Amino acid sequence: MDGVHDLGGKQGHGSIDNAVDETAFHERWEAIVFALTNVAAELGVLRNTDQFRHAIERIDPVAYLSHTYYGRWLGGLENLLVEGGILTQAQIRARIEVLGYDSTGLVAARPSTEPDVVDYDAEHHVSSRPLEDQPKFRVGDGVLTRGTPSTGHTRLPAYARGKRGEVVMWHDGWVLPDSNAHGRGENPEHLYTVAFDGGELWGDAAEPRTVVHVDLFESYLIL
Amino acid sequence: MSELKPQAIRAEALESLLIEQNHLTAEAVDEVIIRYNERVGPMNGARVVAKAWADPDYKACLLEDGTKAIEEFEFEGGEIDKLVVVENTATVHNVVVCTLCSCYPWGLLGLPPRWYKDPAYRSRIVREPRAVLAEFGVVLDDDVEVKVWDSSAEVRYMVLPMRPDAAAAMDERAVLELITRDAMIGVAR
Repeated sequence: MDGVHDLGGKQGHGSIDNAVDETAFHERWEAIVFALTNVAAELGVLRNTDQFRHAIERIDPVAYLSHTYYGRWLGGLENLLVEGGILTQAQIRARIEVLGYDSTGLVAARPSTEPDVVDYDAEHHVSSRPLEDQPKFRVGDGVLTRGTPSTGHTRLPAYARGKRGEVVMWHDGWVLPDSNAHGRGENPEHLYTVAFDGGELWGDAAEPRTVVHVDLFESYLIL
Repeated sequence: MSELKPQAIRAEALESLLIEQNHLTAEAVDEVIIRYNERVGPMNGARVVAKAWADPDYKACLLEDGTKAIEEFEFEGGEIDKLVVVENTATVHNVVVCTLCSCYPWGLLGLPPRWYKDPAYRSRIVREPRAVLAEFGVVLDDDVEVKVWDSSAEVRYMVLPMRPDAAAAMDERAVLELITRDAMIGVAR
C-alpha cells in the first residue's frame, strides 16, 4: 500500500527529537492501547501481526503523522474492533461525551465497510516456516526488486523498489505478510537480506560508503 | 486538568466501553505498565553485550546465530523470531531502523524510544545516515562504512558496540552501565 507509513527516504520530517529519555509508557492511555491489543486478539478480531500492521497503515494519514506511535496503534485497533462488530464509532463518540470530553478531535480509525476476513489462527507462534523448496537465490547473488507498487499490505519499502542489490543473508521460509494480512493464508516464502548501495537508492544525493539492508521475500525479487 | 490529546481521550473511551463489556480490566493495563517499565528493557541486551565482550567464544556464537545465543537468558516479553547481531568495528558502523512501522527487538531492548518510532528518524536514517548519526553525536570518518538495517520482516537486529578499552579493568556491573540502549540501536558509538 502506497501509504504515508512508508517513510524511508521521505524528506521534510525535520530533526529528530531525542531530548526526552523516557520510560516505556509516557502516559496511561498508551498502556491502555497496548492492553487493547490483547483484547482484540482474545476477541478474534486481531489474528496476526501482518493484519495489525495493515490496520495501522489504513488509518487517517494526518493522524498517522501526528498522533504518535500509540495513537497509530489505537487507530488500527479501532479499525479492527469496529470492523469485527465489537464496537461502533457512534458508541465511542457517545462515550467520549459521557466522560465529559470534546468528541470533535481528529479520529485516526477509518474502518472499512468491506473488511478482509481473517478467519484462521497462526499455525505456530513464530512466523518462521522452514521450506522444503530450494531458495531461488544464494548469498552473493545480485537481485533486482519489483518496480511496481502493491495495492495491499507489503513489506517492500517504496525506496527499495526497482533497485539492484546483493543477497547477504538467507533466512529460509517465513509467513508472507502480503497474503497473511488479508486473510489469504500464510503462503510462506524464502526471505533474504538484500544489501543496497547508497548510490543505487539515492543517486548523487547518497552519502559516501553507506549500505542499506532490507529483508525481502522471494516474490519481491524478479531477477 | 491539562488539555488531553484526542487519542488519549479516545483510548479512555475505548477502555471504558470494553471494561463495561467485560473484555478488559484496569488491572490488565497496570500489568502492562509494570511489565514494560520494570522487567523488559535495555538491561537485557546489555547483559548479552557484556557477555560477548568478556567471552570471545560466546561473541562468535552470538554473531553466528543470535537467536540461539540468547536462549540461555530466557528473556520475557519480547517476540524475537530471529535475531541477527551486527558488530561495530573500527571500519564498520551499524544502525537499526524500521521504516515501514517500528519493529524493534523488544525482548532485548524493551519498547522503543519515541524518536525511533517518529517519522523523522524512520525517513532519514536510510537516506542520510551520517547526517543523522552526527545529530546524535556520532561523527564518523569517511573511511568508516555505514550499514543501515531496515527491519522489514520478522528478523530483529541488535548492534554489538565496540568494547571500550576501559572495560577490561571493570567488574561486570560497571561494564553493564557502559552499555546503552542507543549504542545497541547504533545511534551511539
